[in-house]
Amino acid sequence: MSTKPTPSAAPVPRDFSARSKEFFVKHMVTIMFLVLSVLGFILSGMSPFLFLMDIVARVSRNAFLVLSLVIPVMAGMGLNFSIVLGAMAGQASLIFVTHWGVQGLPGILLCMALVTPLAMFLGFLTGNLFNKTKGQEMIAGLILGFFAQGIYELIFLQLVGGLIPMANTTLVMSSGIGIRTTVDLTNGLKYGLDWPGQFWGNDLLLRPTLPWTVLGIAAAVVVAFLLYRFVLKGKIPSISHLVGGAACLGIASWWSIIQIQTSSQINWIRVPLLTWFVIAALCGFILFFSRTKLGQDMRSVGQDRHVAAVAGIQVNRVRIIAIMMSMVMAAWGHIIFLQNMGAFSTYGSHEQIGLYSVAALLIGGATVAKATIGQALLGVFLFHTLFVVSPAAGRQVFGDAQIGEYFRVFVAYGVIGVTLAMHAWKLLIQNRAKQQL
Amino acid sequence: MAPNTVLRMEHIGKSYYGTQVLKDINIAVKPGEIHGIVGENGAGKSTLMNILFGMSVIHSTGGYEGSLYIDGTSASITSPQDAMALGIGMVHQEFMLLPNYTLTENIKLNREVLKPNPISRVFGDNLKSLDFATMNRDARSALDRLHINIEEYAQVAGLPVGYMQFTEIARELDKKNLKVLVFDEPTAVLAESEADHLLNAMKEIAASGIAILFITHRLGEIVEICDHITVLRDGTHVVTKPKTETDVFELAELMVGSQMEAADQSSRDTSQRAKLLEMRNLVVHMPGERVRGVDLDVYDGEILGLGGLAGQGKIGIANGLMGLFPTTGDALFNGTPIALNNPKASMAQGFAYVSEDRRGVGLLLDSSIELNIAFSAVQNQEQFIRRWGPFTQLDSGSIRNHALQYIKDLDIRCTGPTQLVRRLSGGNQQKVCIARALTMNPKVLLVSEPTRGIDVGAKRIVLDALRRLNQELGMTIIMTSSELGELRSICDRIAIVTDGRIAGILKPNDSDVNFGLLMSGQQASKGA
Ligand SMILES: Nc1ncnc2c1ncn2[C@@H]1O[C@H](COP(=O)(O)OP(=O)(O)OP(=O)(O)O)[C@@H](O)[C@H]1O
Ligand SMILES: [Mg+2]
Repeated sequence: MSTKPTPSAAPVPRDFSARSKEFFVKHMVTIMFLVLSVLGFILSGMSPFLFLMDIVARVSRNAFLVLSLVIPVMAGMGLNFSIVLGAMAGQASLIFVTHWGVQGLPGILLCMALVTPLAMFLGFLTGNLFNKTKGQEMIAGLILGFFAQGIYELIFLQLVGGLIPMANTTLVMSSGIGIRTTVDLTNGLKYGLDWPGQFWGNDLLLRPTLPWTVLGIAAAVVVAFLLYRFVLKGKIPSISHLVGGAACLGIASWWSIIQIQTSSQINWIRVPLLTWFVIAALCGFILFFSRTKLGQDMRSVGQDRHVAAVAGIQVNRVRIIAIMMSMVMAAWGHIIFLQNMGAFSTYGSHEQIGLYSVAALLIGGATVAKATIGQALLGVFLFHTLFVVSPAAGRQVFGDAQIGEYFRVFVAYGVIGVTLAMHAWKLLIQNRAKQQL
Repeated sequence: MAPNTVLRMEHIGKSYYGTQVLKDINIAVKPGEIHGIVGENGAGKSTLMNILFGMSVIHSTGGYEGSLYIDGTSASITSPQDAMALGIGMVHQEFMLLPNYTLTENIKLNREVLKPNPISRVFGDNLKSLDFATMNRDARSALDRLHINIEEYAQVAGLPVGYMQFTEIARELDKKNLKVLVFDEPTAVLAESEADHLLNAMKEIAASGIAILFITHRLGEIVEICDHITVLRDGTHVVTKPKTETDVFELAELMVGSQMEAADQSSRDTSQRAKLLEMRNLVVHMPGERVRGVDLDVYDGEILGLGGLAGQGKIGIANGLMGLFPTTGDALFNGTPIALNNPKASMAQGFAYVSEDRRGVGLLLDSSIELNIAFSAVQNQEQFIRRWGPFTQLDSGSIRNHALQYIKDLDIRCTGPTQLVRRLSGGNQQKVCIARALTMNPKVLLVSEPTRGIDVGAKRIVLDALRRLNQELGMTIIMTSSELGELRSICDRIAIVTDGRIAGILKPNDSDVNFGLLMSGQQASKGA
């Protein structure tokens, strides 16, 4: 045994072309969307200002929802289409808090507090269902969404105003039974998180302009890094660190200061800073979580339920927790989404979010078996870039914005279909290769 | 019963779907004792251990009869957690590893070392962070006890099976409250030298007061290290004897009820025949079994053995020829080059392969025996297919007959050709793998470790079947094995692979010394 050579971990030497081919195949979806986005942007002839304004708003309101999909993938449960239930719970809480008249940031916090136990309960039920349909979680989640839609409609169309009393002429239909088809959040919860200052009559509080935000974040990152490395860890600043830090800070502040000085249009773009903080906190939590005991258990269960069970991990319990966490995050994510939109269609707003969030995650390069925070954020960015530029590009190229519109819907559904098919196909090929022998 | 038994199993019985597979088994083990359990394939050894470890296959099929006592007190074990809490550890016959994890993460699976953080202080222990530094240190020391010098932070995926086995053993060693440790055929995947190492480690473990239950088909190992030996036959308890009162021959007789045949050592001189396969500077990038440049000729119709220590590359050669790992160099078949790195092309040439990795490459566990046997031939050669114009139909009649023939020839112990492969014992699954490869009527059959996990009686049957096919059909066979005795019993020539190259080619009747020298990298005194 002592003569046994240690297998070296050195990768198999392959030439550059083989490696780059592998890279392209692996990141095919993401690269395709990158190309489409850049192309669309050029064709649309959009001003960078308009583009930035739209994209900042869209990414801020959608990121949280898409991030809610990461944990179930970790636990091997695939793309959690059941987040639609979380969205319904989020809408329910918005309706009631609007009815009670709580406004602004306190209203949003109340919504989140209210929806948490409800989403946990829904997650618990869904998790149990998924445990009975192992391996079919995605389709079960989709069907569950349709089923829940029925119950949701029963409650808000038939019971509210009747069994559940609600005397509110703006929310309830004129017949006195059922919530109206649209709920308007203006003068209430709208921008409750994005623009908390509005509640106290302050325009600027937590809502800086884009250049100031960039400047601030650059400074904060550099300072945090220096503090962490040199104060906490007691390491002496090295030249390269200082130069690198200075360069980052330099470029960021140079760009910001030029924008501020020239008072360009970019200064009109306001950043929902509190929302960004919340998103950053969620990213931080997911990173932290994947290095905890429960996170490790989820990854173990995700790889092989049988091996995990033999090691004594309570597989079903871990899977239920994963879905409960995802459900709560989805509910909060949908509240964040709707407070930015400012109004929602009572019986339709939640329908799309499952598909769109899944599409965004997949575009970022995630698969049914692996998803990271980076992929989620990149996916949101690319997906919405395409949303922003394709109508304009359609108008420029075909003289009809509707064609761009069709295109992006087609793309959203197409990418889900193709990715799921590709995943199934990959598994098939792997199994074939193994079993042919 | 002696008061100081750590484990007592009394009147244990078990039936699967109405078939009684265990009846009235009684076993008692003292601390520090090594207790061997032997029996034919399908005798019920793994089932008995699964009962002890609370595996879900037992409890989802109606539980078991009888009672278990740990340290003299009655224990109810209904899940692996229960078993582990009581200090029972198990190295399973099938691998229980997560391929995308590192060795450390596998060794520490569900026993991760945790450290508190501000969030866990509020939300509970589940959110404690993993302490990778300590985990790596523990894993390192467990691996060191087994003298394994692979990095603990390497990923398990792609490691050769021998290393995986040691990783599993390291996991059990790392458990601190361990009282009883079960080894279900731990040496089956190991070369002899590795197995020796493991046996030594087991003796050390026992000396520290842990009781060991040891299952193996290598009877030599049993008499070497066990204190007591229990023999099972067809689910019944034949006898339990102290080692001092028995020997290999008696055990074999008790197991199968017949005397072992002596190995056949006659070999043919094949060097005058045509060259069927020529390998030139073959390099195979198989992690842990790297082939670094092999030149080797295989003659038409011979049985060539590939031997050598684990990790030296003997396993890589067949994997490379079948296109399963990146391969460079030349391989000529009947004088024409073979497309490397392409399993389909290799199979089209008439190669068939029985992998050393039965679980990873091989069986459709939830399909019937007959379908598994026919599968490759249906997929690749359109055997057993009836054509109706554009439509095809499986010819179930001939599949059935074919399967029945092999069940008889290889003595596959089953309830019938429609039994699911998952419900076969380990050794009988291996026989199905072999039957599948043979069904393809290959020109060249590559077999790796064909008798791994097969009992002594069945081993003879399998080797005889290989020999018969070779003689009757002229099938050329390249057999890779860690068991030198097995190679010497049927091969015409034996090539020893050391450090990724052919160290030399010997006759089966060459002296042990020559084999030993080649394996340790020295020149043999006289080659063949
Ligand atoms: N999950 C199962 N369902 C039904 N029958 C099973 C199952 N597992 C094992 N058996 C049957 O139980 C019997 C004993 O099998 P077991 O795996 O205990 O044998 P073994 O002694 O370990 O053999 P081997 O040496 O081949 O591993 C066999 O007849 C087998 O077919
Ligand atoms: Mg067994």
